[in-house]
Amino acid sequence: MATDKTITVKFFARLREELDTASLKVEAKPGLTAGRLLRDLAGNGGHWAQLDGAQPVMIAINQAMAKSDQALQPGDEVAFFPPVTGG
Amino acid sequence: MIRVEQQDFDPGEEYHALRDSGSGTGAIATFTGLVRDSGDLKGVTGLFLEHYPGMTEQVIEGLVGEASQRWDVREARVIHRVGYLALGEQIVFVGVCSAHRGDAFAACEFIMDALKTSAPFWKKEITGGGEHWVEQKASDVDRSQSWE
Repeated sequence: MATDKTITVKFFARLREELDTASLKVEAKPGLTAGRLLRDLAGNGGHWAQLDGAQPVMIAINQAMAKSDQALQPGDEVAFFPPVTGG
Repeated sequence: MIRVEQQDFDPGEEYHALRDSGSGTGAIATFTGLVRDSGDLKGVTGLFLEHYPGMTEQVIEGLVGEASQRWDVREARVIHRVGYLALGEQIVFVGVCSAHRGDAFAACEFIMDALKTSAPFWKKEITGGGEHWVEQKASDVDRSQSWE
């Protein structure tokens, strides 16, 4: 059985629309954290640049709220989204 | 019981389900939220509600669990609608039954306040001329933090 060596990245709401991306895959690298991944993605420029702290971004790893220094493991699902506005 | 769904709900049915949920219940508190405009745009006709399937349910489950540790909660029902909703439509329901009113009121208010700042839902306001994503309100964050 092939082991999934990738990390699934999801975006929601305003971020999903502005980045024109609901989901993408990145390679899992040793030492990769949610915050490091945000900085890497911000390097794409354009709307992606906002991921480097210009706008508040909430982070969930495997569907639980997480902090930016939390490490990402192969097979993880990490989601980035604006502050929530339900209720 | 937690439901995230497009369809409308009947608060009366939810109340009766809470009432029938077991013995020892002496109080039922319910809250129903309706769609209104945030005041950011003119001519708002409705909202589009986006959510993170799976995580949403887990977060609400966790909030009900937390409420059950802090107060006497015999049963809780939470419904949140998603998709397009017109102004005035029902959007959210929280109902809690308990032995006494104090616990029922507190648990109901806690679940609602915490849901607003931790459950992954996002509102987009729709007008005749455009749409925009609603920003999180500082007052909602303050209310949620007041329970910590």
